[in-house]
Amino acid sequence: MTRTVSLFVSCFNDMMFPKTARAAVKVLNKLNVKVRFPDEQTCCGQIHFNTGYAPMAVSLVKHFVESFRGSDEVVALSASCTAMVREHYLELASRTHDNELISRTEELVPKVFEFSEYLTGVLGVTDVGAYYPHKVSYHPTCHSLRSLHIYHSAVELLGAVKGLELVDLPYAEQCCGFGGTFSVKNSAMSTAMLADKTASIVNARAETVVAVDNSCLMHISGALRKNGTGVSVMHLAEVLAQGMDGGEI
Amino acid sequence: MKSEMAKAKTGFPFTSIEQINNSQLRANLKSATSAIREKRAKVVGEKQDWEELRRTGERIKDEVLSSLDEYLLQLEESVTKVGGIVHWAADSSEANRIILSLIQEHGESEVIKVKSLTTDELDLNEYLANHGVSAFETDLAELIVQLAHDKPSHILVPAIHKSRSEIKELFENTISKGRVLGDGPAELAEASRLYLRQKFLSSKVAVSGVNFAVAETGTVCIVESEGNGRMCLTLPKVLISVMGIEKVLPKLDDLAVFLELLPRSSTGERMNPYTSTWTGVHPGDGPEEFHLVILDNRRSHVLADPVGRQALRCIRCSACLNVCPVYERSGGHAYGSVYPGPIGAILSPQLFATEASLSLPWASTLCGACYEVCPVRIDIPRVLVHLREKVISEGYKSKSEEASFRLIALVLNAGRRFDLIQQVATRLRRPLNRLFLAGSLPGVLGKWRAARQIPEIPKETFRMWWRANGSDNGN
Repeated sequence: MTRTVSLFVSCFNDMMFPKTARAAVKVLNKLNVKVRFPDEQTCCGQIHFNTGYAPMAVSLVKHFVESFRGSDEVVALSASCTAMVREHYLELASRTHDNELISRTEELVPKVFEFSEYLTGVLGVTDVGAYYPHKVSYHPTCHSLRSLHIYHSAVELLGAVKGLELVDLPYAEQCCGFGGTFSVKNSAMSTAMLADKTASIVNARAETVVAVDNSCLMHISGALRKNGTGVSVMHLAEVLAQGMDGGEI
Repeated sequence: MKSEMAKAKTGFPFTSIEQINNSQLRANLKSATSAIREKRAKVVGEKQDWEELRRTGERIKDEVLSSLDEYLLQLEESVTKVGGIVHWAADSSEANRIILSLIQEHGESEVIKVKSLTTDELDLNEYLANHGVSAFETDLAELIVQLAHDKPSHILVPAIHKSRSEIKELFENTISKGRVLGDGPAELAEASRLYLRQKFLSSKVAVSGVNFAVAETGTVCIVESEGNGRMCLTLPKVLISVMGIEKVLPKLDDLAVFLELLPRSSTGERMNPYTSTWTGVHPGDGPEEFHLVILDNRRSHVLADPVGRQALRCIRCSACLNVCPVYERSGGHAYGSVYPGPIGAILSPQLFATEASLSLPWASTLCGACYEVCPVRIDIPRVLVHLREKVISEGYKSKSEEASFRLIALVLNAGRRFDLIQQVATRLRRPLNRLFLAGSLPGVLGKWRAARQIPEIPKETFRMWWRANGSDNGN
């Protein structure tokens, strides 16, 4: 039986990194999964919540839950957005004392999966048939590593990509220094963390850095490009879509 | 005034800059924290029931916090029964007055001290000095910090910011009175030993903190590495120990859990070298007089916050400092508090609520490394976000930031509105991308671009593409 998932692309990918979402559609379709795109979707509310504007995030929680109501499964293209839903949604929904919203949230939250988690954990797939003959380092983003605990999912998926050589990233588990508004509120500290992260990447001699959060990758790539390192970044979904039929994504 | 705080040149973003650019400090911290991190990971990894131990530690502390009044009264009764004297201090000035008067009652003008964060919180040494009493730190690192007229920068390793050569020079100019020393650890330790032995043998009064105090028996426990604490706890005639109200444990058996959790988390040892426990006074054995000062100092205020109160579970192991990427690059002084690092970022704003400390909840990327290692499972990222919300709701905020977030939320509250804004941005992508690449950028974008390129806005958003290409997915 064919599965149907609702894709949560995240506000950020929708606007700035649509190719990640297109790649995810391609990979899911190849695995016989139909994709829906509920077009009322916007943002999970993480930026508001994390910066200290939780009351504003509550309205976005409500909007998210309404947008994805009735979905069999939701696949999200960001580990930190997935963690936001999983760790904080019920608490934020409860603040409204709206029993209907609370029960809808309770129903929805367990159906939301991060992309790589969905492939390995729900579909049980590790080899999607991709081909990417390059040296790749995997940066385990903080939320994927410590909130969702899905380090193994991404590494297994990358390990099955033909031609791909996975090279170790020293201090891989250390944060890149993004942290949303942290990067501008504590810009000196963020820059120091970023400098160390990009130094590790350059030392690892990877051609491409892969992660499951484009926000962190945007941060890392911003410095890699500014410093002319020639190292590129890619969301995992884009790597998995490489070498598939259909040409350019 | 409050809304101006965000613009004031105080708080972590400013206090950390000098440390970030201090190459010696960065090198010292990186090597010290990585070494402790590895040791901790190794000894924690060998405990199969580590998660269960953490949960047990959490449960015991939560039980204590839920009935704190009862456990404290039971502790007072137990300590009194075995010959100790209990004093209650509502705040730091009351605690300082109590300690000073106890010292003065014995006609002393010198005391020796066991390393204690709580007495640092009280600024006890300074208070005593202002009243004619000299307090001598006996923990090697605390001694270094004291001799240098410096402040501790780490909970467990207060002189982590100092290198051996700096310590050698310091000792030569102070306790070794001009004698030339080598910079080997053994020689530096010997120099301090020669100095401290005299203090141990001549002092009549010692002041200590408390790691754990057992309500059931009145037993007090201190863990340490050097044995200098043991000297202070056994040689002087009078012992004064200060504890925060959260340090009480219900039963003696509970110590078994924490004596596993604490050394493995803090020094990365299976067992710490010296664990001293004492129960009241015993004629001819140890101090003849024992005073226990129980300190609130706004801890009951922290207890009143259902999310923030978990900070009171802290057993001061410092594992969160050692794994924190921010602490590793700023050191402890940037936090402007006796409690630095991630735990300091949630304790200091709650305990002290000084204007500078209110910036600390934002001094984190919420990476979660601290929560992962905390032996009593304090969800530090959760508390940080909670405190951000609290600080803002109390009016310490930037009005322009709040307005921007309100506007963003408004746009994001409807798919159609977000689509419209995206379409506008996409149409304007050429001039916008040129501006982002090389134009003059004020505010947030300018700060971002100082170290990073801004990504280009693509020619179509995902939802634009989907409208044109997505329908074959059965929609």
